[in-house]
Amino acid sequence: MASERPKVVLEPHLCKGCGRCIESCPKHAITLGSEVDQASGLVPVLIDRELCNDCGLCIAACPEPFGITRDGYELEDPTKLYGELAPTPKPRDIPAREVRLPRCEPLVLKGNYAAAVGALLAGCRHVYGYPITPSTEGAELLAKLLPKLDGVFMQACSEVATVNHMYGTSGAGLPTLTFTSSPGFSLMLEGISYMIGAELPGVFINVMRPGPGLGNIGPEQADIKLAARGLGHGNTHAIVLAPSSPQEMLDLTMLAFELSFKYRNPVIVAADGYLGQITGRVTLPEKLIVPGLPSWAVWGDAEHKKNLHSSIYIDWADLEKHNEHLEAKYRTITEHEQRASGYRVDDAELLLVACNIPARMAKSAVETLRQEGVRVGLFQPLTIWPFPIDRLRPHLEHAKRLLVVEASSGQLEDELRLALHKADIGGIEIRHLRRMGGVLPSAQEIVERVHRIGSEHAVEASR
Amino acid sequence: MKTQTKSNAFFQHFDRHAHGKGLKGATTHYCPGCGHGLAHKFLAEALVELGVDERTVMVSPVGCAVFLYYYFDTGNTQAPHGRAPAVALGQKLANPEAIVVSYQGDGDLASIGLAEIVHAAQLGVPISVVFINNAIYGMTGGQMAPTTLMGQKSTTTPYGRNPFHGPPMHVAEMIAKLDGAMYVERCALYDQRQRKRAKAAIKKALQLQIEGRGFGFVEILSECPTHWGLTPEESEAHVKNVLEKVYPLGVVKDEAREPWFHLAKPCFEPEKVLEVLDTSRETPPAFLGKRFPAHLDPHDVAVKFAGAGGDGAQTAALLLTKAAINEGFDATHIPSYGPESRGGTSYADVHLAREEVLSPAAPNPHVLVAFNAPSLDKFGGTVRENGVIVYDSSVISHVPPVARGVRVFPVPCANIARELGSVVVKNTVSLGALQAASGVLHDDSFLTVLRLALANKKNLLPLNEEAYRRGVAAVRQAEATPV
Repeated sequence: MASERPKVVLEPHLCKGCGRCIESCPKHAITLGSEVDQASGLVPVLIDRELCNDCGLCIAACPEPFGITRDGYELEDPTKLYGELAPTPKPRDIPAREVRLPRCEPLVLKGNYAAAVGALLAGCRHVYGYPITPSTEGAELLAKLLPKLDGVFMQACSEVATVNHMYGTSGAGLPTLTFTSSPGFSLMLEGISYMIGAELPGVFINVMRPGPGLGNIGPEQADIKLAARGLGHGNTHAIVLAPSSPQEMLDLTMLAFELSFKYRNPVIVAADGYLGQITGRVTLPEKLIVPGLPSWAVWGDAEHKKNLHSSIYIDWADLEKHNEHLEAKYRTITEHEQRASGYRVDDAELLLVACNIPARMAKSAVETLRQEGVRVGLFQPLTIWPFPIDRLRPHLEHAKRLLVVEASSGQLEDELRLALHKADIGGIEIRHLRRMGGVLPSAQEIVERVHRIGSEHAVEASR
Repeated sequence: MKTQTKSNAFFQHFDRHAHGKGLKGATTHYCPGCGHGLAHKFLAEALVELGVDERTVMVSPVGCAVFLYYYFDTGNTQAPHGRAPAVALGQKLANPEAIVVSYQGDGDLASIGLAEIVHAAQLGVPISVVFINNAIYGMTGGQMAPTTLMGQKSTTTPYGRNPFHGPPMHVAEMIAKLDGAMYVERCALYDQRQRKRAKAAIKKALQLQIEGRGFGFVEILSECPTHWGLTPEESEAHVKNVLEKVYPLGVVKDEAREPWFHLAKPCFEPEKVLEVLDTSRETPPAFLGKRFPAHLDPHDVAVKFAGAGGDGAQTAALLLTKAAINEGFDATHIPSYGPESRGGTSYADVHLAREEVLSPAAPNPHVLVAFNAPSLDKFGGTVRENGVIVYDSSVISHVPPVARGVRVFPVPCANIARELGSVVVKNTVSLGALQAASGVLHDDSFLTVLRLALANKKNLLPLNEEAYRRGVAAVRQAEATPV
């Protein structure tokens, strides 16, 4: 029987021989084959053209997109199947805009609130979070304010879900943020690794608390190691910013969004429990950010539909290349984004190295010691990764002794030592003052430690 | 050349599959007889038939369908294992106009990702979930899934699934129990009729999303000849004769729901943002002319408020902080921390500095305000020489030893507040007492912050002003008792 329908064509190379089509054929025209196709290595089915009436039911039964088609699929020229399709428009890059923010009186905010305000001013309207002390006020404030700006705050079912909500939103090209604290941050690491792999931005305010395990809700710099070296599996890095005041909680959160989009990478704002809770004066910036839409966004429209976010590269050579690309990005960041501040460093013989809240105690100790005539200064990393070794290096001409003051078992010191080693800087004496468990180094302790170091050297010199 | 007649959302050529080389550019990576290919096909056709393929985002799982993005000419995001619904929600909330499909297997959805799918379904935001149930882990090589049947052998149930492994999980029925899910159906692929139903179900779930009605969930019983150790033909029979007996096909839930999902475009208007942040253009008046309370300390004054939760210690501390900042000083407030902070006690440390507050804690305050006896016992001895203590004499009768020169002021804060008709203003009484006893700022500094703090509760202002004045008066009357 001659058919007026377009011909049903089986492409033997593309048929895997599963035989689903056999049952679908009312004419019993299809049978399992017996000959191996030399191109595919599989045994395709056979269609008896004498019996086939081109009804096409086998097409609907075939699990392969092009196994059986109307008029045939040409491997050499796939466009023959459907004809030339209209080209997909190239996605445009709509950059974020700065808009002038009218001047207003400084606010008096606790650190968690200041970071939340920073997020709003950075154009973030999508926030996800899971309650955890001592970070929760950030999420609470955004839950209150975002609906007034037609933004979204969603309390996730866990930190694991949180980071994946962020993955979805940042995949769509929009700024997104969460507040968490150490145990929650641990849970987010898997997702952060995926975000780094897929090159997606996102800001994580980690108000660190002591561990291990449940620990307590005090202040500790417990996750410097995780943030600087342990962002989930794989060769991962992210800029880690270390604020030390409510003002910096705002400023560095805004900076975090900028850097996150600039490098298409998550950014961690590593605060501590005290910083989350401390209230102080916060001056708002002169501008706010209106986010754009980056060309790489998976937005859900025709323009962006060729975009893909994925961290899987099944071919080993491809994944090595991707890792090399990420490494190049980390090198660029290391070169350009080292940030630090210094206090009375210029003539210092001994430098205190401290960040977050301990930097405040260290600064207080510097004040006291300077009054005694001790030539001491404070070097305060604002980026923990990359460690600001290029900022530190010039001071090491005159300061041959460093005292690392931290609220952890040496996590900051490890970053310092690694950076010194990589920069091939030797001959520096490194001492430390470490408190843990929520106990912070006090200014008095620091002063006493510096005194002791001084007298040890005096003894040594007299030998 | 033909005109465009593309009837599905597949790429014409799979450039992402092994770089599109050879046959891989035109075939899927699935084994012969696998059900995924059909589920893909029905989705790809439904998206075009509904006219939404251009605005669709497919979220692919970890599992055999991880490479969904090889095939779908739509936006694509590949999610971590089990997290596809969470990623899909993030995508949908970012752009509510996008049609978002979370495509998952049984290990991904029913094991590692159970929390995410349950909460997404309960939330009910319109996304569409396609759940492939083949009762086995495919990609990792045939291990037990939550859906593996009793007695079924897998590489991790080599003697068959037994009661020790628990019974198989009925996911569609579980999802249907969740209030947010509006449409749940279980389908199969083993014959023409089932395939037709499967495609119709996928289409319906998408339609509900397009109309903004709700969450749609389609479970598809799918063949896995490779890990079942059966031929493709035997596998189809296995679904029909065995799987379907455990997992009955059909609509599990189909609620009518009006379109509800709508999100307005976020606002970035500077004026609106400032309003939402409750900012002010008006510089609050200062009364000290930047004269720092050097009689307490030349650079940095520490004040501690201590009491029980509800005493208002934190609020009083915050008001002092704001008052000091209004006077042009730097100031900080930090609630005291530690195991006690959830146990009914409430301590607050405030610093006022001429230039900059450094350490925010106040282990040795210049001024202590104690609202109860344990607080005075705990901190009374920490107050610096020549410091000031104000305590609530309504509830404290014993004063512990204090340092040299410390002036101690009993002020019946709670009783005064009760006389005024509202015990909650006892912290305002304490602020008046604090100022009168220490001269840390100026009366008007405090009255100004009270006015600003109560700008939206003006009716409470006279009461608080009176409480403040009574605190001042109480100190004036009280006899200083230097130790």
